[in-house]
Amino acid sequence: MLEIKNLQARIEGKQILKGLDLTINAGEVHAIMGPNGSGKSTLAQVLCGREEYEVTGGSATYLGKDLLELAPEERARAGVFLAFQYPVEIPGVGNTYFLRTALNAIRAHRGEEELDAMDFLELTRKKMKLLKMDESLLKRSVNEGFSGGEKKRNEIFQMAVLEPKLAILDETDSGLDIDALKIVADGVNSLRAPDRAILVVTHYQRLLDYIVPDFVHVLYQGRIIRSGGKELALELEAKGYADVEEQTAKAGG
Amino acid sequence: MRVLKEDPEALLSRFAAFESGLNGAKTAWAHELRRAGLGHARELGIPTTRNEEWRYTNVARLAKDAFELAAPAPVAPEALKPFGFSGLGGPRLVFVNGHFDAQLSSAGELPKGVVAESLKARIAAGDARVQAHLGRYARQAEHPFVALNTAFLLDGAFVFVPKGVQAEAPIHLLFVTTESAAPAVSHPRNLLVFEDGARAQVVEHYAGLSGGAYFTNAVTEAAVGAGANVDHTKLQQESLEATHIASAEIRLARDARYANHSISLGGKLTRNDVNAKLDGERVECTVNGFYIANAAQHVDNHTIVDHAQPHGRSYEVYKGVMDDEAVAVFNGKIFVRPGAQKTDAKQDNKHLLLSRAAEVQTKPQLEIFADDVKCTHGATVGQLDKNALFYLRARGIGRGEALRLLTLAFAEDVLKEIGHEALRADVAERVHRRMEATTALRSGA
Ligand SMILES: Nc1ncnc2c1ncn2[C@@H]1O[C@H](COP(=O)(O)OP(=O)(O)OP(=O)(O)O)[C@@H](O)[C@H]1O
Ligand SMILES: [Mg+2]
Repeated sequence: MLEIKNLQARIEGKQILKGLDLTINAGEVHAIMGPNGSGKSTLAQVLCGREEYEVTGGSATYLGKDLLELAPEERARAGVFLAFQYPVEIPGVGNTYFLRTALNAIRAHRGEEELDAMDFLELTRKKMKLLKMDESLLKRSVNEGFSGGEKKRNEIFQMAVLEPKLAILDETDSGLDIDALKIVADGVNSLRAPDRAILVVTHYQRLLDYIVPDFVHVLYQGRIIRSGGKELALELEAKGYADVEEQTAKAGG
Repeated sequence: MRVLKEDPEALLSRFAAFESGLNGAKTAWAHELRRAGLGHARELGIPTTRNEEWRYTNVARLAKDAFELAAPAPVAPEALKPFGFSGLGGPRLVFVNGHFDAQLSSAGELPKGVVAESLKARIAAGDARVQAHLGRYARQAEHPFVALNTAFLLDGAFVFVPKGVQAEAPIHLLFVTTESAAPAVSHPRNLLVFEDGARAQVVEHYAGLSGGAYFTNAVTEAAVGAGANVDHTKLQQESLEATHIASAEIRLARDARYANHSISLGGKLTRNDVNAKLDGERVECTVNGFYIANAAQHVDNHTIVDHAQPHGRSYEVYKGVMDDEAVAVFNGKIFVRPGAQKTDAKQDNKHLLLSRAAEVQTKPQLEIFADDVKCTHGATVGQLDKNALFYLRARGIGRGEALRLLTLAFAEDVLKEIGHEALRADVAERVHRRMEATTALRSGA
């Protein structure tokens, strides 16, 4: 589904991604872990087309297409979704109107009919229930005044409504209380399907107890220095990144 | 010597013909008002940019162009469709080139005693209420274009809401200008009188039916009685070649609540003056504005919020979206007169720049002569939030639509205060559509 080769990217003259390789197949769940500042969010934003990042080399192919060629909205319409580490507050733009506009743009791209206000309401009710979200949040401006946890939940709610093919979750677990974590994880798991893939960025094993990954990768200084199964996350938790980095270096990786 | 004014004779030369054309409409007291207006207009002239009040807005051209007085013209009802509002239920008074058109107007639903008619007709009918109020609030001795309007005073709307009457349905006053062979000028004059405890909503609406470098010079006087509650919207959708100069002169009695929403979307040159005098205790007054300007449009808003009595509260938010080489001028005066203690006045002016070439001149002007008052003001010039733009696009919303959504969100502070829900939605819709015609916000941009 997604094939990243030797991806290099920089921002404001600073090289962040330094040759990153990653392949994700349909149906798989991948987790990326790595220390602060290693480039996890950069990778997520580059994949979604953030223009402030300059891609200086490498490629990313999504469903056979050059992903890096597409505008952010074209990527979203093709099924790429990013749950932001820091969801943006947009005062004056209503949550409902925003999400309906987004969904209809995606549906138009798929050749489907627009959803009218009634059908949309029905759909959002269902998805809000799934995420045990308060309906009043829909009536407010996008993320405006939402608590940290509410923002994260809203990201997953949007994902549930937009039904992407490739979902990238950037630290969706941070800021969530224990119950919310479980609810959000259930929401994500309900989206698991043979034709979808999920990439979760996290610092904690806890999330991976609920969203069990097929593969775990360690991103360190702009590169993936190690990949493994779900047990790699446990090893990281026990030893920390420095140890893993050292071992990798010794192994001549 | 610094030239503060240009000779207004080109504009005033039409007066003799205008006067002889009045015939039956030459009610003595009204004509005295006109003659006084003519005298003031002659004295005040057409201001140059040496005049502080007109420093950034050059209207000298108006002294040279020989505008004809706009004449009535036939208009097909379909031509007004784009300027209709749906779901208001109130009356609509239509004026073509400044002249009331009964055929195009509709009565709508209004409680008993409420008047919404042609001012010319009410003057001719000898309506004492008109005589009691007309010319009492407007600054015809100070403002050159109010003086000019007064000299050529002929028609406009007269709205009267009696004591305690609640007129919920908005009254729509639509002023359209048709295409004419030579540039023409109209001087609409409106008088709005709300007695004590009255409730009403009025929409003053100016539109160009086709292009053309015509000139609209409007004046609206409003007297708001004690405890009355009035929502006053002005929507300006003139032709992009037109000159639009308009003054709103508002007098507020004690405990009145009044809101003015001035939305400017058209016109090559726009100058709005809103002058609200809080002339009784405990008045609550909102003076808001929103404008979009692109290409070589010039939009100037001058406001005065005059706290003459204690315990007044005023809220002012003016917001502008500027594209291409457009120019915005904002001057917001807040006066707090001696004795107007416990005044609470807020003023905010914000601009959104969509182009580096756009220009903004903004000046708050606070003159405070009482000591126990709260006055705050702020002015900002900014750009669209890049993070918000990316967030919207990352959800599949196209760049152009995302920019329009964010721009509409910027306008929301002003639009949300328009009291009537259907009207608010309709105005928002027009603002949204206007964005499509700007360079930065057009589809595919
Ligand atoms: N706009 C910017 N200008 C300069 N440096 C930036 C900018 N944005 C990100 N960086 C830098 O890029 C590096 C990678 O940041 P990134 O957000 O990708 O890290 P991360 O792995 O997601 O970290 P965390 O775990 O803290 O979320 C950091 O050193 C950061 O300071
Ligand atoms: Mg991050």
